Amino acid sequence: MNSPTSMNCFDEMHSSPTGVRSLYANYAKWLHNVPAEQLEIKRKEAELLFRRVGITFNVYGENAGTERLIPFDVIPRLLANDEWQVLAKGAIQRVKALNMFLHDIYHAREIIKAGIVSENILLHSQYRPEMFDVDVPGGIYAHIAGIDIVRTGEKQFYVLEDNLRTPSGVSYMLEDRKMMMRLFPELFRRYSIAPVEHYPHVLKNNLRAVAPAGVKDPTVVLLTPGAYNSAYFEHAFLAQQMGVELVEGQDLFVRGNAVYMRTTEGPKRVDVIYRRLDDEFIDPLAFNPDSMLGVPGLFSVYRNGGVTLANAVGTGVADDKSTYIRVPEMIRFYLSEEPILSNVPTFELSKKDDLSYVLDKLPELVVKEVQGSGGYGMLVGPTASKQEIADFRVRILADPSNYIAQPTLALSTCPTLVEQGIAPRHVDLRPFVLSGESVTLVPGALCRVAMREGSLVVNSSQGGGTKDTWVLQETSTQEVAEIKQALKDEVAVC
Amino acid sequence: MLSRTANHLFWMARYIERAENMARILDVTANMALVPNAALSEAALWQPALEISGNAEAFMEQSSDYTASKVIHYLAMDPENPSSIYSALYSARENARAVRVAMTSETWENINALWLEFSQFEGKDLAEEGLREFCDWVKARSHLFRGVSFGTMLRDDAFQFLRLGTFIERADNTARLLDVKYHLLLPQEEEIGGGVDYYEWSAVLRSVSAFQAYQKVFNDTIQPWRVAELLVLRKDMPRSLHACFTEITSILENLTTGRHVECRRIAGEINASLLYGRMDHIFQSGLHEFLTDFIERNHQLGAEIQGSFLNIHAA
Repeated sequence: MNSPTSMNCFDEMHSSPTGVRSLYANYAKWLHNVPAEQLEIKRKEAELLFRRVGITFNVYGENAGTERLIPFDVIPRLLANDEWQVLAKGAIQRVKALNMFLHDIYHAREIIKAGIVSENILLHSQYRPEMFDVDVPGGIYAHIAGIDIVRTGEKQFYVLEDNLRTPSGVSYMLEDRKMMMRLFPELFRRYSIAPVEHYPHVLKNNLRAVAPAGVKDPTVVLLTPGAYNSAYFEHAFLAQQMGVELVEGQDLFVRGNAVYMRTTEGPKRVDVIYRRLDDEFIDPLAFNPDSMLGVPGLFSVYRNGGVTLANAVGTGVADDKSTYIRVPEMIRFYLSEEPILSNVPTFELSKKDDLSYVLDKLPELVVKEVQGSGGYGMLVGPTASKQEIADFRVRILADPSNYIAQPTLALSTCPTLVEQGIAPRHVDLRPFVLSGESVTLVPGALCRVAMREGSLVVNSSQGGGTKDTWVLQETSTQEVAEIKQALKDEVAVC
Repeated sequence: MLSRTANHLFWMARYIERAENMARILDVTANMALVPNAALSEAALWQPALEISGNAEAFMEQSSDYTASKVIHYLAMDPENPSSIYSALYSARENARAVRVAMTSETWENINALWLEFSQFEGKDLAEEGLREFCDWVKARSHLFRGVSFGTMLRDDAFQFLRLGTFIERADNTARLLDVKYHLLLPQEEEIGGGVDYYEWSAVLRSVSAFQAYQKVFNDTIQPWRVAELLVLRKDMPRSLHACFTEITSILENLTTGRHVECRRIAGEINASLLYGRMDHIFQSGLHEFLTDFIERNHQLGAEIQGSFLNIHAA
């Protein structure tokens, strides 16, 4: 099914008067000379390797233990260094403001007093009153943030959403890169591609930096819901790369004002928990009493500063779609800066005018649940059937404030290897912003691609795939000469 | 290291060893079936395979039909049988998946590849065709697992727990095999030296890769008591009880944690009986009694390891 826009939207490789954007000139030439069968062989090789390494995910609702591969595309998405700088600065600015917002909303609530955010936010299901007046190390709430960015034109980038709870996908950024280097070493020699492999190192340093005050050599662990979680591979991967223990709730226990893990040598104190478990499940005594995944008593130790959780408890209040609308205002309010990255224009269906406008234009709009995620519970007007639209209208009318609507963005496309050959497919971008010692990101991102023609839904749970993202460093002729000289010297030494 | 991690590694190694031993038993039993022998019915041939693995009762509950096809399916492929090769390899991989971080990526990928390859045998009637290939494959994968873990893993506690699992399981398997076979084969004593008897005993030896070793060590026709000696007391025979306990005691010495006084005591006691034991004494008081006692004490050691290291609750 074609979206009405897929024919004339921005293409990452081809949208240029000359037919190929200069950024892609070399790559396009190379791609043109590679036989299609050769690419297909590489794709199959990648699939085999991913399966053997066990880079798989479980889909909710399917048989337990059904492991699937996320489709991997062998054609990378390229970003020029200046494009990347804008995205990076914009994402960092956003995360700084969001962390200040979270601190504020759990303390003085200046932003409510200033009338920018409504008091209703305190009734939000993701607002954790238990966190009121709790001080977290460094005032950092979202240590790891995934900022979803889409593109509609040469200069038009929009933030689609901020993921501040337990954003996932970074393992694909790293594994896709490893795979590309293995499949196409010659391209890495030809291009100067900014490296991303140090992500786990930066993450670990940041996690150690937010340990409770006074801990000299903090012990960091990664808390996973277990091997049947859809993102289990990523949890295992990150723990391994960081050299920290991968623990489950049953491995931890609380005694006094401290958390310990059960080891073969007896209990060992834990200082920082990178938890990949939602708030509701971390402690059956504080939140969902039925949770078997968490650690009884953990939250009270956390509140008293005996352990650091990353991300902090209560970040969900800042990453849903009703708060999203206020992020540009937050940036002005907390940082006194103009937002570098724009929001997608958004209608709030809790507002009467917006509601009636949206109900009129349903076939043209994308409607999302305020607290939904993973591509579930949304309506993509242009590709929906009449019946689907009618059904969704009923759902909206039952609870309008649960929805927002946005224009259908003509997401940019990127050439992608599909069954019929190379064809344009819609893509998005999720860079990961890390906060701790400082606020940084590595020059790369998870690039998700909708593998079905015309589809705008890139979520892996809905059949989306991934691509490697190359941030091309501009290497001056001077530097090139120096590198060449260095290589010559090396050869001479050998 | 995390107790849960140690637990998964211990059991992963045990399950792989278990699968290998089961494959060995199936392999030699199938080979025996090729020797013309009117005296030995299909049932008499296959029932011991069930007894060695402790599956005889469970099998009888669902079938009284000891045909090759049924027994092979039950022991190799039946997902409902918790000690089938299928179940052992499945459990090994699930244990590995839960702690893939604790082993080298090469070790993990090896076990994952094993499970992916297993699917090629699913749905096949192995009794009809392909049993030998299947058994060879299981043994080869087990060799690969040992090789890759031995060749790539840091010699830390994770490695020690993994090795511990291998040898506790192997000792149990060798003892069971010898017990069942000795019991079954001795009543035919009048035929000692006869053709069938030779094949029977050489099959026992082959099932623990000891046929050539026997020839080298004893340079003699195959005598049951010598087979027993080889599999119980010989320290240089890698699947013997003594060899397993040489490893186990040394692994327990190497563990960095201090919580293993009782484990060391039990292991040392068993090891002493193998180190200083004499075969004529063992026969005097009965090989069956000796092996039953050994299996029980080895089990006790497993339970003690489980309790001391692997299931530690808030202390």
